[in-house]
Amino acid sequence: MDFLNALVVLANFVLIPAVSYGSQLALGALGVTLVYGILRFSNFAHGDTMAFGAMVTILFTWAFQAFGLSIAPLPTALLALPFGIAVTAGMMLLTDRWVYQFYRRHKAKPIILVMVSLGVMFILNGVVRVIIGPGEQRFNDGARFIISAGDFKKMTGLSEGLAFRSSQGLTIVVTLISVAVLFWFLNRTRTGKSMRAYSDNEDLALLSGINPEKVVRVTWIIAAILATTAGVLYGLDKAFKPFTYFQLLLPVFAAAIVGGLGNPLGAIAGGYIIAFSEVTLTYAWKKVATYMLPDSLAPDGLAQLLSTDYKYAVSFTILVIVLIFKPYGLFRGKAV
Amino acid sequence: MNRNALLFGFVALLYIITGFVQSWNTALAIFNMGLISAIMALGVNIQWGYAGLFNVGIMGFVALGGLATVLVSMPPVAEAWAAGGLRMLGALALGAATITAGVVAYKRLPLGRVRSLGVIAIFVVGFVLYRVLFDPARDAIEAINPASTGYLGGMNLTILLAWPIGGLIAAGAAWLIGKTALGLRSDYLAIATLGIAEIVIAVLKNEDWLARGVKNVVGLPRPVPYEVDLQQSTDFVARATWLGFDPATASSLWVKLLYAGLFAAVLLALIWLSQLALNSPWGRMMRAIRDNEVAAEAMGKNVTRRHLQIFVIGSAICGMAGAMMTTLDGQLTPGTYQPLRFTFLIWVMVIVGGSGNNWGSVLGGFLIWWLWIQVEPIGGAIMSLITYPMPDGSGLKAHLLDSVQHIRLLTMGVVLLLVLRFSPRGLIPER
Repeated sequence: MDFLNALVVLANFVLIPAVSYGSQLALGALGVTLVYGILRFSNFAHGDTMAFGAMVTILFTWAFQAFGLSIAPLPTALLALPFGIAVTAGMMLLTDRWVYQFYRRHKAKPIILVMVSLGVMFILNGVVRVIIGPGEQRFNDGARFIISAGDFKKMTGLSEGLAFRSSQGLTIVVTLISVAVLFWFLNRTRTGKSMRAYSDNEDLALLSGINPEKVVRVTWIIAAILATTAGVLYGLDKAFKPFTYFQLLLPVFAAAIVGGLGNPLGAIAGGYIIAFSEVTLTYAWKKVATYMLPDSLAPDGLAQLLSTDYKYAVSFTILVIVLIFKPYGLFRGKAV
Repeated sequence: MNRNALLFGFVALLYIITGFVQSWNTALAIFNMGLISAIMALGVNIQWGYAGLFNVGIMGFVALGGLATVLVSMPPVAEAWAAGGLRMLGALALGAATITAGVVAYKRLPLGRVRSLGVIAIFVVGFVLYRVLFDPARDAIEAINPASTGYLGGMNLTILLAWPIGGLIAAGAAWLIGKTALGLRSDYLAIATLGIAEIVIAVLKNEDWLARGVKNVVGLPRPVPYEVDLQQSTDFVARATWLGFDPATASSLWVKLLYAGLFAAVLLALIWLSQLALNSPWGRMMRAIRDNEVAAEAMGKNVTRRHLQIFVIGSAICGMAGAMMTTLDGQLTPGTYQPLRFTFLIWVMVIVGGSGNNWGSVLGGFLIWWLWIQVEPIGGAIMSLITYPMPDGSGLKAHLLDSVQHIRLLTMGVVLLLVLRFSPRGLIPER
C-alpha cells in the first residue's frame, strides 16, 4: 500500500507535470530548431512569439466568451487557437518581409540575424504589453479536472489522490497530434521534403529548383503554429504573463541545443529531458521518501535538492554540460 | 572628425537644454547615468566591436558589480558571523573543492566506466555534504535580526574599492562562461550569457544571507559627502549663497558634480586605454580575427583564447560600471534588474553609436540614455493627445494611458532595427 501511495504521489507531482511541461517545451523547441535548420540563426524572438500567439488567442477567447460560444467541457481557447495561429502566422510573414528578408538577401552573418531577432523580440514584447498589459491573465474555462484527487481516492481507496488536470491532458493530446502531423509533413509531403533538402544542403536544393522563399515562408508559418500552440498550452496549464514567456526562452533553447539544433527529433527529446530534470530537482521528495523508507530513515526536511526559484539554473546547467561534452547535442544537429 | 565633434556637441546640447527647460538637477542626474551607460557601452563595444562576440547577459555582469559594493563597503554583521559565518565559508569552500575534485578526476582518470561513476559519485557526495553544511549555516545567519540585517555584511572598506573588485568578480564569471561557450557556434555564447544573467539575478534575489535578497541593502556608504552634512556646514552655505544658490539645491548639485567627476575620470581612463589597445598590434590582431577567423587562425593566432581574453575584459568593464551604478544609487535592489533595461538598452547604445568605435559607443551611451529618460514624458504627451477625444473614464483611454511605459520597449526595438537596417555602421563608424 505504501508503495502504491508513493507511486501515486510521484505521478501526481512529478510525472504528469513533467510530461505536460515537457510537451510545451518540446513544441517551443521544435519551432526554434526548425527556424535554425532552415534560416540558420537562433531566433531570440521565439519566446515573445509564443506570448504574442497566446495573447491573440486570449483576445479571441474573450470575444467568444462574450458571444456565449463554448465547446464545454473543452476550454474555449481551443476554439480560438486557429484564429490565434492565423494572426501570428500573418505577423511572422510580415516580419520576414520587412525585417529578415533583407539580411537573407545580403547573406548577413548568422550573428547579425540573431541581433535582428533581438530587435524583433523587443518590439513583440512591447506590443504584447501595450495590448494586454504586463499582468497575469487566466483564460482557462471548461472542466478543471479529468480525474480529481477526491474521485481518485474514492475509486482506489488509497490515501493519496491523483489529480489529472484537463489542461495537462489537453497538452499531451495536442502535442501528440501536432508532432505526428509535423513529422508526416516533413517526411511525406513535397513541401516538407524540400524543406529538409534545403536544411541539409542549401546550394544543392537551389540547384534542384527548390524555391527558397517558399521554403522560408512555410517555415515561418510552421514556427507560428508551433509557437502559438505551445504558448496557449502553457498559458492554459499555468497562466499567461508576458515576462514568463520571455524567461521560457532559456529552457526552450536548452531543449533545442540538448537535442541538437536543427534536429526536430532531438528538440522533442530535449524538451522532455529539460522538463524532467527541472521538476525532479526542484520537487520536495519528503512525501515519497516517507512512504518508501522505514520510519527511522524518513527525512526531517523537505528533501528538496534545489529551491524552485532556481529552476532556470537547471536548464542552464544541463546546457553547459551538453556544451562541454557534446557540443552538437545528443542527436547530431547542424553546425553553422 | 568635424562631424564627430558636431555629434558630441549635439548630444551636449540635449543635456544643456534639459538643464534649462527642466532643471540642472535632472540634467546632472541623467548625465551621471549617461556616464555609467557610456562605460557599459564601452565594455560591450570591446566585445562586439573588436571581436564580434555577442553578449546577451550584460545585466548579470552589472548585477555582480552591484553585489561587490555590498560585499566591500557594508560593515560586517558580527552576530551573523558568529552564528554561521565560518560554517558558510566552509560550505562554499567545500562546494568549490567538489567541483575542482570532479574536474581533476575527469581529467586524470582513464576513459571508462570508472571515470564516469567516480565523477558522478564525487558530485553527489559533495552536493550532499555541501547541503548539510550550508543549510544550517544559512538559517543561522538569516535568523539574526532579519528585519535589518539577516546577512553576513561586507568588509567595511571604502566603496571606491568595490569598483575594481566588481570588475574582478564579473571577470571571473565571464571566464567560466567563455571557457564553456567560446570556440563553439557563434550563437551559443549568446544563449549561455542569457542564461547566466538570469541565474545571477535569481541568486541575488534568493540568497538572503549574501546580500539580503529582495529585502534590499540600503544605505551603502558614499564616496562623496551627504547633502544634509553640506547644508549644515557654514562654509558650504556661505559659498552657495555667494554664488546665488539656495543651500538645498547647491548641495544636491555639488554631490552630483562630485559623482560626475569620479565617473568621468573612470570613463576617460577607459577610453584612453581602449584607444591604445585598439591601435596596438593586439587591436589589429583582434580586428583581423573578427573579420576573418580562418585566415587569422592560419596565421597562427589562437582565436578561442583571444576571444576568451576579450570577453573577460569587456565583462569586467560592465561589472565595474555595475558597481559604480549601485554606488550612485546607494542601494542594491535585485528586483530592479530587468534584461530589457540592462542588456538590450546597452546593445542599442552600441549599435546606434557605432560598433567598433569607442567614441561611437560613448556617444551612443549618452544619446540613448537621454532618449530613454525623455521618451516617457514625450510618449505620455503623445498618448494624451491621441486619447484626448475619447470620453473620460472609458476603459480604452485608461488602458492606453497605462501602457505608455511599455512604449519605451517598442521605441528601442524600432530604433535598433532601423539602425541595423539603414545605418549598420552607426553614427560614428569604425575607421
